[in-house]
Amino acid sequence: MAKHAITLNVNGQAMDVAVDSRELLIHTLRDRLRLTGAHIGCETSHCGACTVDIDGASVKSCTMLAVQCQGADIRTVEGLATADGLHAVQEAFTQEHGLQCGFCTPGMLMRAYRFLQENPDPTDDEIRHGMAGNLCRCTGYQNIINAVRVAGEKLRQGEAEPAE
Amino acid sequence: MIPGNFEYHSASGVDEAVALLAEHGENGKLLAGGHSLLPMMKLRFAEPAHLIDLNGIEELRGIREDGDTLVIGAMTSENAVIASEVLQRRCPVLPEAARLIADPQVRNRGTIGGDALHGDPGNDHPAVLMALEAEFVVRSQKGERREPANGFYLGPYLTRLDDGDLVTAIRVPIPAPDHGYAYAKFKRKTGDYATAAACCLLEMEGDTCRKVRLTLTNVGPTPLRAEDAEELLTGQTIDAERIEQAAQAAMSICEPAEDLRGSPEYKTHMAGEMTRRALHTALERARGG
Ligand SMILES: Cc1cc2nc3c(=O)[nH]c(=O)nc-3n(C[C@H](O)[C@H](O)[C@H](O)COP(=O)(O)OP(=O)(O)OC[C@H]3O[C@@H](n4cnc5c(N)ncnc54)[C@H](O)[C@@H]3O)c2cc1C
Ligand code: FES
Ligand code: FES
Repeated sequence: MAKHAITLNVNGQAMDVAVDSRELLIHTLRDRLRLTGAHIGCETSHCGACTVDIDGASVKSCTMLAVQCQGADIRTVEGLATADGLHAVQEAFTQEHGLQCGFCTPGMLMRAYRFLQENPDPTDDEIRHGMAGNLCRCTGYQNIINAVRVAGEKLRQGEAEPAE
Repeated sequence: MIPGNFEYHSASGVDEAVALLAEHGENGKLLAGGHSLLPMMKLRFAEPAHLIDLNGIEELRGIREDGDTLVIGAMTSENAVIASEVLQRRCPVLPEAARLIADPQVRNRGTIGGDALHGDPGNDHPAVLMALEAEFVVRSQKGERREPANGFYLGPYLTRLDDGDLVTAIRVPIPAPDHGYAYAKFKRKTGDYATAAACCLLEMEGDTCRKVRLTLTNVGPTPLRAEDAEELLTGQTIDAERIEQAAQAAMSICEPAEDLRGSPEYKTHMAGEMTRRALHTALERARGG
């Protein structure tokens, strides 16, 4: 079966790849593009460790075909930090101990990144519902909820400050 | 886990998708959100040789009012159903049910059409669409027809759709403005399918029930319509005793399979409880509560 030539815009960079029809996006990211930030936890669309941002929406990349992403804007955890330093959600997860083993963290960060754009000033209850597609086996979640709340505060503060 | 080999086709319009379906017959399958189909393909429960992707067909998305009917494109995502201002105003039971489906990421990809047409007795939209007396608009090379949701579900993964059929939209008669509604779903955890769930649509005339629809999710090989329970309530004053009779009548039609969610007895019991809750909530809402 012929391969499909597709272009993915990953973290702002156009990348040409040839993929099989049956190739899942998570494998293209990890095995072809060597972006191993997004993790494979369950492979059954449950755990959220493979969450990436596609055209402005959080998606579990183990349940989407790479060929469906032709031309899509994809952001992975590798694209969060900039030359200026960590993204606010990364800072907040560090500060609030929002991780232990770290396996779920790339998915948590990418979901938090998108969730805080959907809902910039969430209540704790809204955070719990907004992060419900991401499982963590270590933290007991409370510090993750705290981290998302604090990240929201940082982002809102950043916006309030005049640009330098 | 990776699906078996198949040929991928991205359809740019309904006619093209219908032609591709006709060409590949039983070897072709439509791909909507992929959140039921791709997991099944990974497990080799489904092995289509051709996948026809509907995601590029814009006209299959969106929600509009057409006179006294709501027309919901089959490819409308669950999150679009939740965000829809028209649905919130005209038919709030649909967003209420969608909010109880899976999790935010799954709801970004999963579509109301895929959920309603997959034929999984665990899916939530079928019972809701039955209670709403919705119809599916079906296209094939033979033309267009309509299939009522009631009578559509024949068994697990078995519906009145044939190879070659594509559903373009779901037509929902707009419920009376003062109707009461509820989708009560019992699940073990966020993102789980129902252990049991009940949908109630209710119209009241003072204290008397003018019309009621009661349906059940995941307590039989298909979603179930509790017609005996509806009859017990129609034309009657709804009080605690009536609600209990209706719950018993709903439980009497349950035939759930035993699985990790529980024994048949337990699931039937929960279906009764969900029926009580759905009725109570719908009644409160019909009374303006
Ligand atoms: C972790 C997880 C939890 C979930 N929890 C729930 C839950 O609690 N409740 C629930 O209801 N669902 C749940 N689901 C299922 C989810 O809602 C699916 O998205 C849905 O069942 C299928 O919709 P889809 O758009 O993904 O369809 P697909 O998986 O793409 O398709 C499903 C089937 O429908 C057919 N089909 C799709 N569109 C059409 C069309 N227009 N015309 C004809 N045939 C069509 C396809 O060919 C396929 O056979 C869950 C899924 C996951 C992964
Ligand atoms: S690996 Fe994708 S959801 Fe778990
Ligand atoms: S930190 Fe270990 S799984 Fe979340």
